[in-house]
Amino acid sequence: MLIVEDLYVKYYTRRGTVSAVSGVSFTMQKGEMLAVVGESGSGKSTLALTIMRLLPRNAVVERGRILLDGIDVLKLSEDEMRRIRGSKVSMVLQDPFTTLDPLRRVIDQFIEFLMEHGLDRRSAEKLALEALESVGIPKTLAYSYPHQLSGGQKQRVAIAMAIALKPSLVIADEPTTALDVVVQKQIMDLIDTIKRGGTSVMLITHDIALAIERADRIMVMYGGEVMEIADKGTIMSRPLHPYTQGLLASIPRLGSDKIPESIPGYPPDLRNPPKGCVFHPRCPYADERCRSIKPQLIEVEKGHWVKCHRVVKA
Amino acid sequence: MNINPYTGIGLAIILAFVLMALLADIIAPYSPTEASGNVLEPPSIHHIMGTDNLGRDVFSRIVFGSRTILMVVFLAVAISGALGTILGLLTGYVGGAIDRVISFIMDSIYAFPSLILAIALSVALGPNPLNAAIAIALTYVPTYFRMIRGQVLSIKSEGFVEMAKALGLPTTRIIFRHIFPHLIPTLAVVFSMNSADAVLTEAALSFLGLTVQPPTPDWGFDLYKGRGFILAGAWWMLAFPGGMITLLAIGFALLSEGISQSHAVKSFE
Repeated sequence: MLIVEDLYVKYYTRRGTVSAVSGVSFTMQKGEMLAVVGESGSGKSTLALTIMRLLPRNAVVERGRILLDGIDVLKLSEDEMRRIRGSKVSMVLQDPFTTLDPLRRVIDQFIEFLMEHGLDRRSAEKLALEALESVGIPKTLAYSYPHQLSGGQKQRVAIAMAIALKPSLVIADEPTTALDVVVQKQIMDLIDTIKRGGTSVMLITHDIALAIERADRIMVMYGGEVMEIADKGTIMSRPLHPYTQGLLASIPRLGSDKIPESIPGYPPDLRNPPKGCVFHPRCPYADERCRSIKPQLIEVEKGHWVKCHRVVKA
Repeated sequence: MNINPYTGIGLAIILAFVLMALLADIIAPYSPTEASGNVLEPPSIHHIMGTDNLGRDVFSRIVFGSRTILMVVFLAVAISGALGTILGLLTGYVGGAIDRVISFIMDSIYAFPSLILAIALSVALGPNPLNAAIAIALTYVPTYFRMIRGQVLSIKSEGFVEMAKALGLPTTRIIFRHIFPHLIPTLAVVFSMNSADAVLTEAALSFLGLTVQPPTPDWGFDLYKGRGFILAGAWWMLAFPGGMITLLAIGFALLSEGISQSHAVKSFE
């Protein structure tokens, strides 16, 4: 189980301080898939890197707590954190074409990783082969070099490594973006099966259609803040935040004559975020209050949180 | 497997000299330090490269002299390569303040003309082959450092390094098992190119009497002595040591060109 509380992350750059994540709070249950949806710069990748404690050195976690199975992740020493990475929380990266070292065989990389987490060579090799088998990579491919694998196969290997040690949380950062459509479906099916072992999956994506298709719950982020969280049925039938509504209106639908609508404007400059609601410059309903006062994230009905002045608690 | 012709010729030249140094006792017909004929004999059947001003066989001195130059060159390149590579790997990967300080020191050394620096260092350390090797090595450290650091900066943002971090592998393991192997082709090129340069630097130091003490045979120093007899017509005292220095330098240069062609190594300066 993952609890994130009031998280603030800033990047200090030469051209100013970027507030990448501002006041993000949410929880994830065991065996649940939460999709984190947002456009580039919404803070979703920073959120993932903060949970993994892999932020670049110019980033600072200003405030907040991250509890993973009761462990306060931000308080661990670098060495303790290193042992948790790959075993308790792991990550599937975006571009499978570069995530494997081209100079070494798949199985050798896998065994190296497992031995680093305390397995001996023999049991590491056995577990590696089992994990690869479970994602549909046969033994012959396990002993080959990465260039002999297709993009989809490489992503399968990455998933096998991410789940081999049965972590409580797998963060999948745009795991299908670099792949073609047919392979995307296979990989997403595979990610679906991860949940069955009781592992929570955080699916980071800019594709709200994919999120609706696959996730249990959806968290919409914008400008480093959470705009709306709800289960996917609620998001589809009763989206309350104008940004969520905009995202949903932008999905093209088969058999519909309606032209998908885009959200006008650009993502905010987070070195200098807008006053009031971070979304107000692009919001069709923005009024004086939105321009001056920042809205709070409120629970409008059970499990449905929205950050918008227009929404009144039921 | 096809061997690049440059690599082949370069390796052949270098191996020939290495064999010459290893088997010097068998190959050399006379002692390199004792007179074996008349003074300043021109090349003949008995002395194929003639004799010097003290009646010593020039060919035997060439054969034994290869030991000095090869030892100094290999030692210098090994020391500078090891030091520069380790510093470049660590500072490139870790970055931050350490990186800025070490880069500044390296750039300061690099800004010096390397021959002048090597001369100054070996004068300060005292004239013997080991000190010459150390002096040459120090002037080359920045070459390795800059090349390795630059490559590490680009490789460390590769997906497989991020993946290794996300899987909880320790930093030292990532540096030496995941990044270092990718640098080997470039290192091979710089190693051999540097050796070519080190041959010339060693010869220059020897020419100035900063490597060995007479009567130890040494190409650079023999070249210096031969210079005094060129007006007496003894061209062989000058031409053979000089020719050997050139040939050895060409051998290393060809090797480096060959490796860089067959591995398509990117520019490393």
